[in-house]
Amino acid sequence: MTATMAEIGPYLALILVGFLPNEVWRVLGLVLVRGLDEDSQLVVWVRAVATAMLAAVLAQLVLSSSGALAAIPVVVRVGAIGAGLLAFVVLRRSVFAGVLVGEIALLAGATLWGP
Amino acid sequence: MEPYLALLLVGVLPSEVWRWLGLVLGGGLDEDSEIIMWVRAVATALIAAVVARIVLIPPGALASVPLGVRLAALGIGFLAFLLIRRSAFAGVLVGEAVLVAGALAFGG
Amino acid sequence: MSETSSQRAPGSGFFDGLRAALKSIFFYVLLGHYSGIGALSYEFGFDPVWMVLCTLLIWAAPAQVIVISTLGTVTLIEVAVAVTLSSVRLLPMVAALLPMLQREGTRQRELVLPMHLTAISVWAEGMRLLPGVPKHERIGYYNGLGVGLLSAATLASAVGFYLAARLPPLFAAGLLFLTPMSLLMSSVRNTRTLVDGLAFGLGVVVGPVIAAQKIGLDLMWTGLIAGTAAYAVHRIREATT
Repeated sequence: MTATMAEIGPYLALILVGFLPNEVWRVLGLVLVRGLDEDSQLVVWVRAVATAMLAAVLAQLVLSSSGALAAIPVVVRVGAIGAGLLAFVVLRRSVFAGVLVGEIALLAGATLWGP
Repeated sequence: MEPYLALLLVGVLPSEVWRWLGLVLGGGLDEDSEIIMWVRAVATALIAAVVARIVLIPPGALASVPLGVRLAALGIGFLAFLLIRRSAFAGVLVGEAVLVAGALAFGG
Repeated sequence: MSETSSQRAPGSGFFDGLRAALKSIFFYVLLGHYSGIGALSYEFGFDPVWMVLCTLLIWAAPAQVIVISTLGTVTLIEVAVAVTLSSVRLLPMVAALLPMLQREGTRQRELVLPMHLTAISVWAEGMRLLPGVPKHERIGYYNGLGVGLLSAATLASAVGFYLAARLPPLFAAGLLFLTPMSLLMSSVRNTRTLVDGLAFGLGVVVGPVIAAQKIGLDLMWTGLIAGTAAYAVHRIREATT
């Protein structure tokens, strides 16, 4: 987030922070008038990219070795995510259940195998 | 800190934008609505800041023109614009003339 | 007239639009304005290919000036925020334009080019001239208008870039000065109410003050603070009259 143009080059910077934030308003104007075609290829692609970016951020959060989480072994962190996901799927796609189980798994794992 | 900011930007904001859009859409897009007015004010102020920035922290060749001359050219050009039937052409012409004349007279 | 024009080839509106662009006063305004922008990008160290791409992709003078003058020195996030804030006008412009262009059966992708070509000059001329154009030719017409004006701007920016590199310092300075001057004039010309004028005035004053604090995102803060202050004045006046 403190990245500057020097790190990604002028062309990528142009597209990311020049073209996109600017074009967004034009596209929104179009969407406002025409509505959002849920099946249009562009929308599908944009959603895919946004989801992928979100996944990458999550992965970085879980695997990063800084902050309080660093004290907990990677295996435990990943295992907790997996447990939470399993609970979510099994318990009628309840987000609450997934988060709860994941947290419990993390705390349990941290107590057992943590520092 | 950074991953959380990224999460906010990528995960939360996009969905918030659509909800906000729904609000605007529901009310129709009234050119004179208060929200639009505020947004326009923010955008205008921002552009004004960019103008000030270029005049006060000028790049390259413009830096060799004394600050006083730059400010005078901007001000007098603007005045000409207001007086000559709000003609942008007149304003730019006068402003440039003052800049060049001032640079020649007082420049380094 | 409508008999023969409906038998013309689809897309024939395009060349009419192109002609309208060449005859438009905005043609010359853009030539002047964009030669300054070209010079600006030279002085800030960008290469000509980047600069042409900048004009083609962004096609909005305030956003381009922000990108050119800040990209090398501030973080990417700050540039993105400033550009986002500066280009809001594009939304209502496109939203107002599309109903004039579309008819039954118009596909969304036919509107993508007019959408991108929309900039203040193209839009202003389009809104003025489109009522006189038969409906089935309007998309082509607007595209022609947009392509004409965009081409003029792109050409001017290349010339400005080249001139800034070759001209003696005095002339290069004059070329560079075109940018703040034209931004100033066009912003003030576009002020419809007290709020806009006040926002501009406050922005010019508040901007340098905030920039001097060196807290980052100064363009965004200036926009928010000065803009909200101007808006607040407007609300107070409304409430007391």
